[in-house]
Amino acid sequence: MKVEADSAKCCGSGMCVLTDPAVFDQSEDDGTVVVLVPEPSEDHHAAAREAAALCPAGAITVHE
Amino acid sequence: MTGTISTTLPMTRDNPFDPPAELGALRGETPITRLRFPDGHLGWLVTSHELVREVMGDRRFSARSELHHSPMKRGDGPPAQRPPASPGMFIGMDAPDHTKYRKLLTGQFTVRRMNLLSERIEEIVLAQLREMREQGTSADLVTAFALPVPSLVICELLGVPYDERHVFQEDTAKALKLETSVDEAMAAFERIKDFIRDLVRRKRVEPGDDMLSGLVASGADLDDEEITGMGVLLLIAGHETTANMLGLGTLTLLSNPEQLVALRADPSLVDNTVEELLRYQTIVQFGTLRTALEDVEVGGVTVKAGESVSLSLPAANRDPEKFERPEEFDVRRPAAGHLSFGHGVHQCLGQQLARIEMRIGYAALFREFPTLRLGVPVDEVPLRTDMGIYGVHALPVEWS
Repeated sequence: MKVEADSAKCCGSGMCVLTDPAVFDQSEDDGTVVVLVPEPSEDHHAAAREAAALCPAGAITVHE
Repeated sequence: MTGTISTTLPMTRDNPFDPPAELGALRGETPITRLRFPDGHLGWLVTSHELVREVMGDRRFSARSELHHSPMKRGDGPPAQRPPASPGMFIGMDAPDHTKYRKLLTGQFTVRRMNLLSERIEEIVLAQLREMREQGTSADLVTAFALPVPSLVICELLGVPYDERHVFQEDTAKALKLETSVDEAMAAFERIKDFIRDLVRRKRVEPGDDMLSGLVASGADLDDEEITGMGVLLLIAGHETTANMLGLGTLTLLSNPEQLVALRADPSLVDNTVEELLRYQTIVQFGTLRTALEDVEVGGVTVKAGESVSLSLPAANRDPEKFERPEEFDVRRPAAGHLSFGHGVHQCLGQQLARIEMRIGYAALFREFPTLRLGVPVDEVPLRTDMGIYGVHALPVEWS
């Protein structure tokens, strides 16, 4: 799995960090998405998918 | 389906816990249906989770307040056309204006920043609970706990003196009450603005370690009117909403003793309890609006440019296509994906703060008051069916 995030689209809601703080973070400056682990291990796949689905701005893409 | 049904916005609740039953019937038959607005405009009402989410995530639907027709009457007369959002009130703007203001604040409301506030919020919560206990064996939970906690927190974050809270609490209540006429609501709103504008000017001279001072010094070249607008928005959104969730959530838990027993037995359920309370009790009960900037296909109908769409968050959160047994309050269910904070680029900026306040608030309340119970029968609790934000006007509670 490959996780991508578009910080230009991000509105800083924090849903991804809430869903899996091991994979996602928010920048200190403007709170936009930072992908900590672009290729997460399998035990994080479900959470990464949920984060992409929950993202209000559609800023997260998961490539299976 | 051409959307031939024209309805008015269902607003009557059968009980304190469920949204108007008509909304559920509409969702099952016509999740997007024609809605006759009080000013005569023929717009739309959306009630399914899928379509509410779709409209909120589609930038062809505008959040600009001057484009909206209101689905609710204000006071005696029909609602007046709203003016464009004041400078800084980015809730009623589209990109790029919305983006400019929101980006200045998103860094302040991250999950990490909010977690760092936990200790201070716990202190505030425990101090309020101590004060409540000192009142004896009964209290109004709204005035003793639910309103002061989020008010104290947002005042501290923004740098608003809490001693001056009467200035904004009374006017916020007035502005959000549906019985209040448009003129009175605007006047109340202007008084809150005057209060914050005065404060912004004070921060320019004597900056502190708070958000308003941060905006003054941000280098983003914001004038006083812009910072005032942002401050008013944060202040109102920051205390009125969480206050109502704390009050209504407590009523819900006290009315569902088996769920409260589960939460008390396993305090780690509190995070999910908060999500489920948000889903089950959707306090933004009406008024979520978007207006089409061009013709857009939604759920098989064409919403024409200029038509306003009223989005029912309570109906969406009870959609059986999204949530199993939606009418049941269940603190163990997967509740993620509820739309109580909205969806799209306008999704609630302060949602992580609201979550932390509720997690700490409910946990401490039920831990410190193990015998907490309602002081009146459920049907005597005064409900905020007359307000844009649902909740309880008061919540008499007792303990021994």
